[in-house]
Amino acid sequence: MSKKNILARIQQAKPAATPLPEIPKFHKDHLDPLGTFINNSGLFGTQVILRSELKNMNEDIHMLFPEAQQIASLLPSIKSTVDLNAIKDPHDLVSVDVAIIKGQVGVAENGAIWITEKDCGHRVLPFITQHLIICLKQSDLVHNMHQAYAKIQIDDTGFGLFVAGPSKTADIEQSLVIGAQGARSLTVIIEEGT
Amino acid sequence: MSKHAIKAAEFIDNEERMKWHDAALWLVRSKRDNATHGIPEWEQLRSTASQIKDNVLSHLDQYLEEFEAKATKNGVQVHWATDATEHNRIVQKILAKHQVKRIVKSKSMLTEECHLNAFLTEKGIEVVDTDLGERIIQLKEEPPSHIVMPAIHLKKEEIGELFHEKLNTKKGASDPKYLTESARQHLRQKFLNAQAALTGVNFAIAETGGVVVCTNEGNADMGVHLAPVQIHSMGIEKVIPKAEHLGVFTRLLARSATGQPVTIYTSHHHRPKPGGEMHIIIVDNGRTAQLAREDFRNSLKCIRCGACMNTCPIYRRSGGHSYGYTVPGPIGSILTPGIDLKKYSDLPFASTLCGSCSDVCPVKINIHEQLYKWRQVIAEEGHLPPAKKQSMKLASWVLAKPGRYQFFGRMARRALRVLPKGIINNPLNTWGKDRDLPEPPKQSFQEWYQKNRKNDE
Repeated sequence: MSKKNILARIQQAKPAATPLPEIPKFHKDHLDPLGTFINNSGLFGTQVILRSELKNMNEDIHMLFPEAQQIASLLPSIKSTVDLNAIKDPHDLVSVDVAIIKGQVGVAENGAIWITEKDCGHRVLPFITQHLIICLKQSDLVHNMHQAYAKIQIDDTGFGLFVAGPSKTADIEQSLVIGAQGARSLTVIIEEGT
Repeated sequence: MSKHAIKAAEFIDNEERMKWHDAALWLVRSKRDNATHGIPEWEQLRSTASQIKDNVLSHLDQYLEEFEAKATKNGVQVHWATDATEHNRIVQKILAKHQVKRIVKSKSMLTEECHLNAFLTEKGIEVVDTDLGERIIQLKEEPPSHIVMPAIHLKKEEIGELFHEKLNTKKGASDPKYLTESARQHLRQKFLNAQAALTGVNFAIAETGGVVVCTNEGNADMGVHLAPVQIHSMGIEKVIPKAEHLGVFTRLLARSATGQPVTIYTSHHHRPKPGGEMHIIIVDNGRTAQLAREDFRNSLKCIRCGACMNTCPIYRRSGGHSYGYTVPGPIGSILTPGIDLKKYSDLPFASTLCGSCSDVCPVKINIHEQLYKWRQVIAEEGHLPPAKKQSMKLASWVLAKPGRYQFFGRMARRALRVLPKGIINNPLNTWGKDRDLPEPPKQSFQEWYQKNRKNDE
């Protein structure tokens, strides 16, 4: 009933039809997105590491977070101490220290990375974990959000996300504090090669 | 004095706080400027966004139907609410079905507008706002004073005091890092215990039937992905046609709001989690009435970035609470008269009409022009305060005839020179409140021109 009413009122009230604008192409192909991505990621406190800087990824990641007890890895190459398949209730992820997942697309203009529930195992994992690591291929970097949305299909899965850094807030006197309700840090490992 | 002026006077009374508030918001405005300067196509983005929103308003019924059909196909339960009461009842019904006693919320100006918290609390349901700023004002039992930074009117010492009382933090502690960490621990418990989660909606995509929620804290996601029941409340104007349009709006929103290139989390919800339930409530609550007003329907293009507040010289110096509505500042002052013309008749006058709000608006709403138009509607409908009405009548009588204008001009210049200050700054002269009137010139511009330039022609 309310639906009918609302739609009827809109039909009465709406202005004359106007067309949808074309969205211009705003990026320049010759620019290298990697440098821009690294710069802009830094703005939010994201740590970017190039894969070539790591000798043994498995050991080095454990070195990055030596205190971590529970490591939930969705990458076959990195050892997981949490059996994600055995976890049925997402509440059980509350004590995860480090989560390692694969990113699909990285956006140079703002350091955002697209991940979906397929990459996370559980939707809440990238938020509830204390620290988040995302592995991304250099060849999956794009310049801006227009290109990113052209590359992904937002309803491919039930939940998808652009994450651009560690959780943060400035709600107390505008002072920036990292580590609000989500992950306290974000590390991005980029596998080079275009 | 108008209600806004009285409340603004209270805010200004604490001069130190007023100056801090002014400076804090101006800093956000500066950050916005810096962020936009890095985007050469900024103005083109604004025009594109504005045109997309024009198209949305002119096809709103089709897009909403398309959105509902897609969302339903995705397994989402879609509800429609004509007003706040119906919205709140729908939420209550969903919660009752699952016997929910504890719900977590992320920032939603719509639910503020509907007074959902009070409604649910009365029904015995624990409602916890999880955005840090929102949690602060909820504990303080105050409404938000800004749509992006709800607790911007509070000093850290006040928040420290509040947290000491409510969250048992150390007495006298006011370090933002310490207070934020305490809130994190407190809120994690609330997330883990919640049986349902509710969020607002930044964008709803007709083409895919999903909703997008933007946060920096990750609080919306902590709630939604842990609780078995998720509810997203949206105004009818939040729908956009296609996924590709998100590229335009996500580039504009955070840069305009806080000067960040994007919010930390931009979450796209399309289907319920395995074993979970997902609801979307589409709310009118006066929006279709605003759509019918040709001069004012553009206000529905708003994406709630708050840039118009941060730049407004009145907002910065009078604080969000002086407006007496959920959405304060310039955008609030053009939305509110459509809700209750008499009650909010003072708000379109809480402006200098400088136009800065329109300059920074990412979807190019002509805010200052609408403020001026609302003033005319308010005058025509007879809602001007008597003093303003009389002085306007007098002014138009004086200004109607050149001879009259010149005569009264001479009189006024003489009066300002010879009358004692006690009479000039009398209580009826609001322009003489807290300041002296300027030294009167010896002659009018016309007299000066006659004497000096007339012969040069």
